[in-house]
Amino acid sequence: MSGFPILSLMLLVPLVGAVAVLKAGREQARMIALVATLIDAVLGAMLWAKFDIGGAQWQFTERAALFAGFEWKLGIDGIALLLIALTVFLMPICIGASWNSIEKRAGEYYAAFLLMETLMIGVFAAQDLFLFYIMFEAGLIPMYLIIGIWGGADRIYASYKFFLYTLFGSVLMLIAMFWMANAAGTTDIPTLMQYNFPVHAQTWLWLAFFASFAVKMPMWPVHTWLPDAHVQAPTAGSVILAGVLLKMGGYGFIRFSLPMFPEASAQFAPLVWGLSMAAVVITSLIALVQHDIKKLIAYSSVAHMAIVTIGLFAFNQQGLEGSMLIMLSHGLVAGALFLAVGVIYDRLHTREIDRYGGLAINMPYYALFFLLFTMASIGLPGTSGFVGEFLSLMGVYQMSSWVALVCTTGIILGAAYMLYLYRRVVFGVQKNEDAAAMPDLDGREWAMMVPLAIVVLWMGVYPETFLAPMRKDIAALEARLAPASPKGDSDVKIAAVKPAAEGSHAEMAHEGEAH
Amino acid sequence: MSSILIIVFLPLLAAIVAGLGNKKLGLVPAKIVTTGALFVSCALSWPIFLSFLNGSAEAAVVPVLHWVKSGNLDFAWALRVDTLTAVMLVVITSVSALVHLYSWGYMSEEPDQPRFFAYLSLFTFAMLMLVTADNLVQMFFGWEGVGLASYLLIGFWFRKPSANAAAMKAFVVNRVGDLGFMMGIFGVFLVFGTVSIPAILQNAPAVLNGSTIGFLGHRFDTATVLCILLFIGAMGKSAQLGLHTWLPDAMEGPTPVSALIHAATMVTAGVFMVCRLSPLFETSPTALSFVTFIGAATCFFAATVGTTQTDIKRVIAYSTCSQLGYMFFAAGVGAYGAAMFHLFTHAFFKALLFLGAGSVIHAMHHEQDMRYYGGLRKHIPLTYWAMMAGTLAITGVGIVDVGGFAGFHSKDAILEAAYAKGTELSHFAFFMGIFAALLTSFYSWRLVFLTFFGKPRWEQSEHIQHAVHDAHGHGHDDHAHDHAHDHHDHAHSDGTAGYHPHESPANMLAPLGILSVGAVAAGFVFQHAFVSEGTGEFWKGALVFNEHLIHAMHEAPHWVKWAPFVVMATGLLIAWYGYIKNTRFPAAFVDQFGFLYRFLLNKWYFDELYHFIFVRPAMALGRIFWKVGDQGIIDRFGPNGAAWVVQKGSKAAVKLQSGYLYSYALVMLVGLVGAISWVIAR
Repeated sequence: MSGFPILSLMLLVPLVGAVAVLKAGREQARMIALVATLIDAVLGAMLWAKFDIGGAQWQFTERAALFAGFEWKLGIDGIALLLIALTVFLMPICIGASWNSIEKRAGEYYAAFLLMETLMIGVFAAQDLFLFYIMFEAGLIPMYLIIGIWGGADRIYASYKFFLYTLFGSVLMLIAMFWMANAAGTTDIPTLMQYNFPVHAQTWLWLAFFASFAVKMPMWPVHTWLPDAHVQAPTAGSVILAGVLLKMGGYGFIRFSLPMFPEASAQFAPLVWGLSMAAVVITSLIALVQHDIKKLIAYSSVAHMAIVTIGLFAFNQQGLEGSMLIMLSHGLVAGALFLAVGVIYDRLHTREIDRYGGLAINMPYYALFFLLFTMASIGLPGTSGFVGEFLSLMGVYQMSSWVALVCTTGIILGAAYMLYLYRRVVFGVQKNEDAAAMPDLDGREWAMMVPLAIVVLWMGVYPETFLAPMRKDIAALEARLAPASPKGDSDVKIAAVKPAAEGSHAEMAHEGEAH
Repeated sequence: MSSILIIVFLPLLAAIVAGLGNKKLGLVPAKIVTTGALFVSCALSWPIFLSFLNGSAEAAVVPVLHWVKSGNLDFAWALRVDTLTAVMLVVITSVSALVHLYSWGYMSEEPDQPRFFAYLSLFTFAMLMLVTADNLVQMFFGWEGVGLASYLLIGFWFRKPSANAAAMKAFVVNRVGDLGFMMGIFGVFLVFGTVSIPAILQNAPAVLNGSTIGFLGHRFDTATVLCILLFIGAMGKSAQLGLHTWLPDAMEGPTPVSALIHAATMVTAGVFMVCRLSPLFETSPTALSFVTFIGAATCFFAATVGTTQTDIKRVIAYSTCSQLGYMFFAAGVGAYGAAMFHLFTHAFFKALLFLGAGSVIHAMHHEQDMRYYGGLRKHIPLTYWAMMAGTLAITGVGIVDVGGFAGFHSKDAILEAAYAKGTELSHFAFFMGIFAALLTSFYSWRLVFLTFFGKPRWEQSEHIQHAVHDAHGHGHDDHAHDHAHDHHDHAHSDGTAGYHPHESPANMLAPLGILSVGAVAAGFVFQHAFVSEGTGEFWKGALVFNEHLIHAMHEAPHWVKWAPFVVMATGLLIAWYGYIKNTRFPAAFVDQFGFLYRFLLNKWYFDELYHFIFVRPAMALGRIFWKVGDQGIIDRFGPNGAAWVVQKGSKAAVKLQSGYLYSYALVMLVGLVGAISWVIAR
């Protein structure tokens, strides 16, 4: 690898942009923001291109001593690479979504977004425990502002709720981090990932981290901030909230909880499964009765994130890789759905489902994109939603058929609430004149939808592109978890072992059970 | 074999061109692209089928693209061609091509034609992916793909609330089956370590013999668990008892769609799946019993409901459901060849019946209620003869040891197999099948007599009244003026309301003609290949072919072979008596047996039951979880409670503005930096 500090540059570009747009006018600000995010997207593409798949675990590492023992320590593995790629891919689209709809305090708005991009990339690239913490928590500040200043009518309540929830979690996590830094004598994340904490301590550490990640995820029952935050946030805020911020919880599990506390993870797996099962069923049912489009999609996000957590706590490669793919897919699909909501919100200024109807008549191309993303959300094979969901559920089936069964009901309920939404918004007669008068997608909206659509299909048809970079890291994580991994409930017993006909498949299945 | 790539992907390409081009492309080019693509696929499919028929072809797999590799799970996009696939290829591409052509006429007044044809081609692509799948996941891809196309086509007239509801119902009910299918795939992977179909089938007997598995906290026979889970998927797609409720509602879609998707191809996917996985199902007698029972029960249930329906398409829909039941119990007793044979013949005669019904509906100005038909034989004679061919085929008219229409050969093979199998359950299936054959004959002839015979009863139809009224309203324009004087001369005491049905155009009649040939001839031409002794060579191991069963079928007693003929004649006789000879008889019967009639008319109250135990509770629970759970408990004692405490504690903190957040964040950061410095520099 070249010694060129590409990660630092990726953090710097939006930061410089943020400073530049702070005092700029609206037109100038959005142009600067777009250029800055596009540069970062190009840098992200270069990062991926230069990433050596199958090479060293940590690449593009940088370190520089700061004050008082702090270190500026960056580096990525395949998992971080994918999430950074997701971030830089979504950011220009968010700027595009804000292009016309943000009128007041535009400079500050774009500054908040650019700052958030820096911090989000920082979360995924940080290799120092406290650097991670700062990025992780500070990343939420711009989000509070975006909701609190540019949000809807109830924005204050929503941003307050958001803040309160996340504050509660992060305090506990910070205390745990202090303890870990003391015990292990290092704040280096790769070192900590190999460090064996005493089992009894793991329990408390795991719980402390769980408090933070469960809120960010969000897991049932600490999810109630999400619907309010989504409903009140401006379109781009929702896109980035669903697209990237919700992935921080999952990333936290995969980077900290699982590798650092494997025994505690195994011990608490039933808790996670239980909460996830509850989440899939409960939030899906809630989504079924929503009248507000954004709230419906927000509740569906909680259900999808529950499939992520069961995949993570399946302790096998299918589950872990599936979870990562769901995170990427959900980032794109939920982002796209919020974008789709934004398109009609910009025209009619309401999120009330009943105010629409018959959009297939006056907005046929919009209907087509909305259909694609709806199907991806339902997990139709051939779209990105399927591969991750399938792998994740397949992974957890190897642990528990009950968990798999309950969570797989999500495919029925998911279809029910999404198609019910689609039916009310896109199909039917044009019962509202103003909705019937809305024009189809314009050039700017096409430019936002098409890249998302392409990647959603790509990930569905040829997910190898996204599986390859993380394969080795996931395998390493699986190996790390293997000794602690709980035993599955399926316990296949093969009675008559005939060497001639048996072959390698049965052998493999047998071993698959044993671990 | 590389022509399979063209067969499968050309319809996809056509769908994309027609779908995205839509109105910019123009109506005619969109239709030419899609229909042309299907005729090419069809033309390429028949040689493949024929080469399997004469034994010159070998099974092959054409790789396309790598798909997923995760740990030891590894599968790819690939197209598998063997005898079973070849049979499905000709069924799918032939019916699809004809339906495309038919739709030129049937949908000619529709402004949204490019969208319709794009959906049809997309469906065909997905169905082809399903039948060429070499692994279970690709089969699931096709499975869901056809589900999507079916959803879009049922809801094609999306302005109609009933069409939207039906489309959604079809998708969601199918998803219940898909839950089973997915769980089945997970289980198969767990046991076999692969999702490749050939590898599973090859290892199934050795691995599953005596194997047990833990499932939902209990221990079961592994093969039984896997097969029943997979079969639940098949039940959804093939509308078997319990998961059948979507199929009758799916008739909301345009009639060509019903012919292609809900008669000939998609709904047979479940049968195809069981046949494709037949070596796996053979390892579990329990699962096969389950398949037999469900099939027999469905064939009986649907036939009973079919006798009371008045909507011409719904009669045929229940008939389809019933015929699928036959296919499943054939598979259940181990006669997979017979199941595929019936699938094959059924595709032709059922598509014919649907398209014929479409032609009637077309002639009758969208009226679908048979109570308002009557006497159409003379007005639309070609449609009449086509429907006759279809009816003769489905009721299984033929002479034992001589030959007959398509359904005669395939249905009798199934009934003989059920009898020959010789178990209690198979005899149950046999008698269910015989009774259903009686009902089949009755409702099929009832349909023909109500529609084509007797006196016209059109004047009560709102659709016909509209048509006549419009003709008057527009003055004596092109269509109306020929007959306009009739309207005024007579008081329409003939029941026609002055309406004159017209025979359908050539592009609708041509498919009817071709399918009629299939309905007449497909039975005796292909019987030898599908279900005769020594035809294991035709299948070449693509499904389990039980020579003993075939042998036993031939030795079935005479009464078994003649029973279908007798019940067929009986059904015809009853229908003739009730709908031609003594037309007051049905009403008298209904008066006498009102309860039974209402029970059947309301489809055994399945919809009401499901609404009561699933739909309403789901909505109610959703509201409770939302209002009571999220808002009443979590929010109240969580963030709102905390806010209340903060408010009480400090009036100053009430000012929740952005400035507050800034300062709070700053304090947090400063404190953090200080604390960390302390830890590290200690």
